[in-house]
Amino acid sequence: MRGDMKSKGFKKESMLSTTFHRLRKNRMAVLGLIFIVAMGIIAISAPLIAPYGYEEQDLYNIFSKPSANHWFGTDSLGRDIFSRIIYGGRYSLQIGFGAVALACSIGVMMGSLAGFYGGKLDLILMRVLDVMQSIPGLLMSIAVSATLGSGIGNCIIALSVSTIPGYARMMRATMLNIRDMEYVEAARSVNAKDSRIIFRHMLPNALAPTIVQATMGIAQAILVAAMLSFIGLGVQPPTPEWGAMLSEGRNYIRDYPHLVLFPGLAIVLAVLSLNMLGDGLRDALDPRLKN
Amino acid sequence: MIRYIVKRILLMIPVILGVTWLIFTIMYFTPGDPARMLLGSDATEEEIVAKQEALGLNDGYVVRFVSYVKQVFVDFDLGNSYVNNRNVGTEIAQRFPYTFRVAAISVVIAVLLGMPLGIMAAVNQYTWKDNFSMLLALMGISMPGFWVGLLLSLLFALTLGWLPASGVGGIAYYILPCLSIGVNGCASIARQTRSGMLEVIRQDYVVTARAKGQVERKVIYGHALRNALIPIITQIGTMFGIQLSGAMVAETIFSIPGIGTYMVSGIKSRDYPVVQGSVLYVAIAFSLIMLLVDLVYAFVDPRIRAQYQKKSKRKGGA
Amino acid sequence: MSSENKLLEIRDLAIQYVAENEVVRAVNHVNLTMNKGETLGLVGETGAGKTTIAKSIMRILPDPPAKVSAGEIYLEGKDVLKLSEKEMRRIRGKKVSMIFQDPMTALNPIYTVGEQIAEVVQLHEKVNKKKAAQQAMEMLEMVGIPAARYHDYPHQFSGGMKQRVIIAIALACNPELLLADEPTTALDVTIQAQVLDMINQLKKELGTSVILITHDLGIVAEVCDRVAVVYAGEIVEAGCCEDIFDHASHPYTEGLFNSIPDIDGDVERLNPIQGLPPNPSDLPQGCKFHPRCSYVLECCRTGHVPYQEISPGHFVRCHLQHKEGK
Repeated sequence: MRGDMKSKGFKKESMLSTTFHRLRKNRMAVLGLIFIVAMGIIAISAPLIAPYGYEEQDLYNIFSKPSANHWFGTDSLGRDIFSRIIYGGRYSLQIGFGAVALACSIGVMMGSLAGFYGGKLDLILMRVLDVMQSIPGLLMSIAVSATLGSGIGNCIIALSVSTIPGYARMMRATMLNIRDMEYVEAARSVNAKDSRIIFRHMLPNALAPTIVQATMGIAQAILVAAMLSFIGLGVQPPTPEWGAMLSEGRNYIRDYPHLVLFPGLAIVLAVLSLNMLGDGLRDALDPRLKN
Repeated sequence: MIRYIVKRILLMIPVILGVTWLIFTIMYFTPGDPARMLLGSDATEEEIVAKQEALGLNDGYVVRFVSYVKQVFVDFDLGNSYVNNRNVGTEIAQRFPYTFRVAAISVVIAVLLGMPLGIMAAVNQYTWKDNFSMLLALMGISMPGFWVGLLLSLLFALTLGWLPASGVGGIAYYILPCLSIGVNGCASIARQTRSGMLEVIRQDYVVTARAKGQVERKVIYGHALRNALIPIITQIGTMFGIQLSGAMVAETIFSIPGIGTYMVSGIKSRDYPVVQGSVLYVAIAFSLIMLLVDLVYAFVDPRIRAQYQKKSKRKGGA
Repeated sequence: MSSENKLLEIRDLAIQYVAENEVVRAVNHVNLTMNKGETLGLVGETGAGKTTIAKSIMRILPDPPAKVSAGEIYLEGKDVLKLSEKEMRRIRGKKVSMIFQDPMTALNPIYTVGEQIAEVVQLHEKVNKKKAAQQAMEMLEMVGIPAARYHDYPHQFSGGMKQRVIIAIALACNPELLLADEPTTALDVTIQAQVLDMINQLKKELGTSVILITHDLGIVAEVCDRVAVVYAGEIVEAGCCEDIFDHASHPYTEGLFNSIPDIDGDVERLNPIQGLPPNPSDLPQGCKFHPRCSYVLECCRTGHVPYQEISPGHFVRCHLQHKEGK
């Protein structure tokens, strides 16, 4: 306890400000945050920033190498790759955030109910999760995506299905841990309703690991979405999703590698910044600091 | 010990049935009519309906499910492809070894390279060795496997011509596909090993070992690593599942005749038995691998082993 | 104190923990001597630096972030801080050994208790596996655990028994110095008594010198010959039991004794020492205790407070005593 006291005085710091403070010190995490926010802003303001429309074809200028006119060159139909990548960010980010939001809400709900009420409900839910997790995640996404067909919404659903068990299990584990702690007994003893106990006392504790998992989850979703588009599911051309662009450019890779290089780099940048942020969040939220 | 194995195998059965049901249900709702696709746009309505009857597409959900289960588990028949009427099971059995080999080799690469990297990073925490290797690992998990495959293929096959770009044959054909999905796996294992080791290294029993005067090498490998290894074993099992799926995607890049290419073409032509059979096969293979991992886990962790050996010890020992 | 009898001498020891941008001065200007066969109690609050001092004798401090920034530790005449790692390994477990605070985590869960005792035997004595196992079993019996339990794993033992296994490991090679870091804090009161008795008995049988780290003055009274009081990384008072208990001279020591509730008296309020222990990364100037001292003088606020002998064997770090005493 003595070590926590700031030398400035007896200041009570909330968890939020402590976390921000620690996060700010982590240069990689800050860099990651800046990058991903920048990408988000660029994606949102695509119509304002992109020099060309993403569908604009220029058949006299196909396959041109990167130049002053076309920073990343043009593709097989003369479309400006730079603009397409900027627009493509919209899809990747939408799908990434959407898939995680969906999986997280469903998973958290399942996990809390299973962990809090236990008994038969828990047993049934756990068996369901077992079955879901028996199919490797990527495979499950492929199967669901094949069923639903291409499109952003379907892609989001396909991605979230395979990640729901992760959030559910984590939530359940936290619930089981906390359920038996004394402050829950204390809350019960003053006649607090179940829902109140769950929301006010237990969820805030599970918040930290869930946030970390969600951040890394968005990164993973972007990767898988690109993969799905690449093999012909997910989002299809002419939509400028990065994976779809890779699929298009693949046939020309020998002569025009820039078609494959830039979309890939865009994916790496987005995923890397999210991973850096996620790592930083995990270190910042960890009560057992590095020291 | 035998009891534990039997118990785990018995538990697997309802899970596999559940998986079959899940896959079947997912496929059931796939839009698109195989009969129509097979017969083409010239077919008449009567021909289509007749084909649908022949394929059993008009029966109810439960009927179709039950007959599928019977077909798969009793007759061990995964059905015939709608497209070329060849038996799905035989085809998969021929193709699976390729996929499995790519996945297995990349898991081995991932473990052999990733684990030492993670250990070194943990033992040298805060130094440049740690920061650099973790930076590499971070990049490794941020790169899409198929993109790495494309780039490696561009560099080593198309430009330099050192390695073949497609097909199967000797070891040379496996290098690029395994590397491209191995990078991700290696990075992932390095990170997990590092965090596992860091947790263990701080434990009191590691300090106890040093306080006995034990050599540092034995403290790290004998005391710390053996404890850290236990959760990592489970993670290796999960990774196998990831690598299997990854291998399937790598196949499309390197034209490897494995389950991946089979399944992807099956998806495009709405060939239900092919897709169903492929997913089911891989899921069951994955379950068996996880079972194996669980057994190894029980073997390695004496707390679990002791539970099942206590009875025999009590009779034998004092 | 004749030098043939001197086992341990610590001179002006200073240890720092360097983390990120903060430097924590965990141990400052510590001077300590111990004779063979003595039991020295190291008393102080949690975080005062007692464990750090003990671990530095064996050089098992986590490095990074810990660094010995000054001082010497002489064990039977040799400066331990200057020895090579190889020489140090020969000392650990054999000349000096340690009992750790938390028995629940000090044993490796994947090896049997017997193996863990045999390990230390094999490290220091030239015996084969069988002989080592035998010796391990003898040690088990010595701490009151049936030798047949050699093959059991730590999770099959209770807390008190685990602690006994740890004692067995520590004493297996008959060390000259035993560092016992709060060996009973994590245990029930009844088990506490058993473990203390055992340490007492073993030390008499084997002639081991013991440094007993504790925050419990009652234990000190029972077991120790000499006592050193640690505050904010410094030794503020040291002497034999009688000196400390009957003639406490440092205001902190006095405060410690006053804060013990009097079971016979009719007490309405407890008497804690006012204020809180200082932040080790931002220690006060001058005497480290001065912000909480009810006798504080101007000279206490700045400058170095000398550590002086006010009666034979009784040392104090306090301006007040020096003014009055001398």
